[in-house]
Formats: sequence, C-alpha cells, structure tokens
Amino acid sequence: MTALTMGKPLRVAMGETITDLAATNDRLVVLDGDTAGSTRVDIFQQAYPDRFYQTGIAEMNMLGMAAGMATVDGLIPIVSTFSAFIASRAHDSIRVLIAQPKLNVKLLGAYSGLLAGMTGKTHLLFDDIPIMRAMANMVVVAPVDEIETRSALAAIVEYEGPVYLRLNRGNTPIIFDEDYRFELGKAVTVREGGDVTVFATGTHTARAYEAAEQLVTEGIDVHLVHVPTIKPLDVEAVVTAAQRTGLVLTTEEGTVIGGLGGAIAETLAEFAPMPVTRHGLQDVFGESGPDGALLDKYGISPPHVAAAIKEWVGTRH
Amino acid sequence: MTQATTTYTAEDMAEYARQARVRILEAVKHAGGGHVGGPFSAADMLSALYFGVMNVRPDEPNWPDRDRFVLSKGHSSIALYTMLALRGYFPVAELLTFDSVNSRLQGHPDMTVTPGVDMSSGSLGLGFAGALGIALGARANGRDFTTYVMVGDGECNEGIVWEGAHVAARYNLDNVVAVIDHNKLQQTGWTGDSYEHRISPYLGNQLADRWRAFDWHVIEIDGHDIPAFLEAARSAGEVVGKPVAIIAHTIKGKGVSFMEGDFTWHSKVPNDEQFALAMEELGETDGGTP
Repeated sequence: MTALTMGKPLRVAMGETITDLAATNDRLVVLDGDTAGSTRVDIFQQAYPDRFYQTGIAEMNMLGMAAGMATVDGLIPIVSTFSAFIASRAHDSIRVLIAQPKLNVKLLGAYSGLLAGMTGKTHLLFDDIPIMRAMANMVVVAPVDEIETRSALAAIVEYEGPVYLRLNRGNTPIIFDEDYRFELGKAVTVREGGDVTVFATGTHTARAYEAAEQLVTEGIDVHLVHVPTIKPLDVEAVVTAAQRTGLVLTTEEGTVIGGLGGAIAETLAEFAPMPVTRHGLQDVFGESGPDGALLDKYGISPPHVAAAIKEWVGTRH
Repeated sequence: MTQATTTYTAEDMAEYARQARVRILEAVKHAGGGHVGGPFSAADMLSALYFGVMNVRPDEPNWPDRDRFVLSKGHSSIALYTMLALRGYFPVAELLTFDSVNSRLQGHPDMTVTPGVDMSSGSLGLGFAGALGIALGARANGRDFTTYVMVGDGECNEGIVWEGAHVAARYNLDNVVAVIDHNKLQQTGWTGDSYEHRISPYLGNQLADRWRAFDWHVIEIDGHDIPAFLEAARSAGEVVGKPVAIIAHTIKGKGVSFMEGDFTWHSKVPNDEQFALAMEELGETDGGTP
C-alpha cells in the first residue's frame, strides 16, 4: 500500500488560510471564545489584531454577537472555538440568530470528534454533524486534510450563508494533490473499486483510505467516496457510487446516529434501497486519552475500519 | 448618537403610545393570542424611541446609517409592530394579521420578513447579544449610529444577558443603549406572600446594582414618563467609554386599570366585556375594532 504523507493539523491550515484570505477580503472578522491558541486563530490575531475579537468564555453571547456583526455592512464573522461549544453549548444562538435569518456567519468547530487532545469527555461532541445538519439553512463541511481545508475555507467564505466547518486537532495525513479544488456540495471519489462502496467524511477519510489499501491484499476492492459536504449532500454522486457495487458501508469519527451514516442511509433508502451498514462511534460518550488508544478503544482505527468492511462484505457474499 | 430631527412633541408621543395600546389590544383580541402586559409596559418607551430618539427612515428601512432597535424581549413583538406601523413602516391595518400564517408580523420578531426589524429575537436573551454584535460591527466599520436594545427584567434571568453585559463593558461599547423594562413581573414569576401575590425578580435596587456592577452607566427613570425617557436617551448619548443601561421602572399592563400589576395579564386575551372596558379606559371612543 501507499503510505500517506503526514500533513498539518487542519486547525493550523485553517489559521493560516483565514489569514491569507483576510489580505484580500476586508469583510472578514474573527471572534474567539478564549481558545485562539488551541484553535489557531491566534495566527489571524497576530496578523490582524484590529479584526480579531476576544469575546471571552461565553459562547452563547459570542455566537449572538457574530450574528449582529453580520448585519452590518456585509461583515463576515468567523467564529472559532471547540465544536462542542458551538454545536452544543451555543445551539440556541445559532438556531435563532444565525440559521433562522440565514446570516453570513462561519462556524469553525475545532477539536471535533474523538481526538480532542486529552482534554476530557465534556469537550468531545460526537453528534455535531447530526445537530448541525438537522438545522435548516445550515451547510455542514468536514474536510479531510490541509489541502482540502484551505480550498474549503475559500469556498465557504465565498458562499453567502451560515456554514459549520469541522476541524481536527492533530497532524493529519494528506489525501489530495496541491491542485485539488474543493467544490461545495460535491462528493469526491478517492479510490475506485468494485466490491463495496465506502463513504467517509472529514479526517476519518484518511483512515478509510488506509483500510481500503490494506484490504487489497485480502482481495477486497473498495470504492471509496469522500463526502466533505455532508449538507447539502451530493445525492446524485452518493446514489451512483452506491449502485456501482450494490453494497454500502459508511464510516466516520462521529456518531452513527444521524451523522454521515444517517445521511447516506436516509438517501439510499429513498432513492436506491440496498444493504447499508454504519460504522463509526456508536451510541456512546467519549473519554480522555492518547489518540491511538482512543481510536482503538472506540473501534475506528484503520485496522478497525478494514475489519468492519471485511465483515460486511463477508456477510453479503 | 444622532438625534432624530423631529417635529413630534412629548404629547404626540404619549398619544402614539395610547394609540399603540389600543392597536395592541385589538391585534391580540383579533388573533386570539399574544402578550399584553409586557407590550403595555414598553409602549411609552417605544413611542419615545421611534418618534423622539432614533434616527430612522421608515421608507428606507435598511438605510445603513439608521439607528438600530432590537426588541430582545421579543415576546412583546406586537408592541414593536404597532409602533413600526404608526411610524409608517407598513400599514396599520396589517396589524390585524398578527400571529397568522404567512403574516409578516409573526409571534416573534423576524428580521427576514418585517420591515424595520433589525434583529430576530424571541428566545430570551439572544436579541441582546445580537444587538451588542451590531454595535461592535458599527465600530468595526466606523459607523456612528446607536443601537438600542430593550430587555425585560424577567429576561435578565438569562445567563447570556450577563455574558454580553461583561463583554460590552470590556469593549467600552458606548454606542449601545440597553433599555431595561423593569415591570417587576414575569409570566409565572416569583411567589410573594401568597399564590396570588407575585413579586419582582429583582428586589429593591438589585437590578440597577447588577448593571452597575458590570460597569454599565446606569440611568434610572420612570419608564412611563416620556420627557424623562427622552432626557435619559439624550444623556446616554453623552456617555463616553461605557455602555448605557436605562433601568426603566414600569408597570406591567400599564394603561388599563384591571391589567396593571396583574401577572395574569402577561399573555391573556380579553373577553368582550374586558375589551370594551379597556377601550374605554384607553380613550378609544369608537370601542376599537377587535
């Protein structure tokens, strides 16, 4: 198999990219909930101190203030904190003041999923994707690597309306070439195969890719589709990719309830009914610990993904 | 702060407030639902804001330099709609569509449908945060309009109010004026000596003291005294380096004797007899149009 090159954490790519974008877009402002050093919007803060707003450890207010700022002269507020404090703690502010009026606020959820850097279980939000995709007017994006993060940020700043962007903490394998361009609402085929269609999203797609490469030696040829935009879902691409093999597995670093797996299952049930299984974080909360140990315990490391695919294929043939 | 160049007198504003109470009650009666007590406690101040304080252009509701108003106590939406209608943002007759499907006048203020509504609100406390964001955005873009935000005293129970109060003071947001409608009652509220007796969520000077403790410049007035409100708004404009909270002591249900100070009129539709009596007390000689 081809080993993936390790790249930067998405949070670092994000901090650098919004700083780059701000050079040519004076409407960008950043609001921080006292996590800039962790989320890496401190990169922006150092470059543009006058466009950086520390709003303290008060996320409901921060999201509300971002909405108010978005009503003045086309400002584009970028709100940054841990995903748990956006999607969960500040949910009502987002629902009422950002999503309902469809204001142009970008929500950057750092430390998403299982790997939140030894913080603790309260900072782990496994259901950010279900929460945010269930919200009307909200776009949900989860890039896989630093290259896609840069491209996705440019696209979501261009897009007029609220977007939730899921970012991770640790170094992240690179999937895409430098010339890759993210398209909002489009799924991407990462690997072509004929035995089973696997859908993955966010940084977890890299684990699915490693799993697929492992399975070659076992005679399983995976068709891997990366779904960076979970909402709006690329229904046509999902259906086409699923019908290619007639057998589907979804895998994600997030809850299987209502997340990517939920979205794919809903879509295929409606447009192309076929066997689907959802791999990912089950109906659980998390805990603190080193990344590798967490991936193992919660069953989403590349070997776990490979085993899940192998088992699913085995039961169907 | 840009003071409106206005030909309206305090007497005119009192008359608009009286008309507003009539229209509010008509709309609530017609809709068969809605709030009365909170809108009535706010009516005089809303009239003063729209006819005497704020620099707005009803025929150009999105004029970038307009003063902003956010009704954070969004349950009193009908009071805002009534004032916007009287000020000329849309026809007064439209008030009777209040709370109905497809109406621009929804139960809670919706900035996407109603001309003159600068921020959606209704989930208590959120409008206040939005207003602070507008004020911060104005500063970021060098605009010198003032953002007025009306917050209920019951609404001050919400933690987000105090999150925002802290941040606004840290940013020295002297382009925002919070009008706290201190009508001493909530929907259910805090029980006093008996089940029928409800008392203020903030006793004595507690509410003013809290805003002062958060480093806001506090002005206390009688919220039904229109000249006092106009003077408070004027002096708020002279405050430098601090956000201003006008603690307005009001009476819930103000204007109709049997509603005043009675928490059960928070959101109650008057029956025909009560409606007729209220119209008489409000000086509406034709009996109103329920």
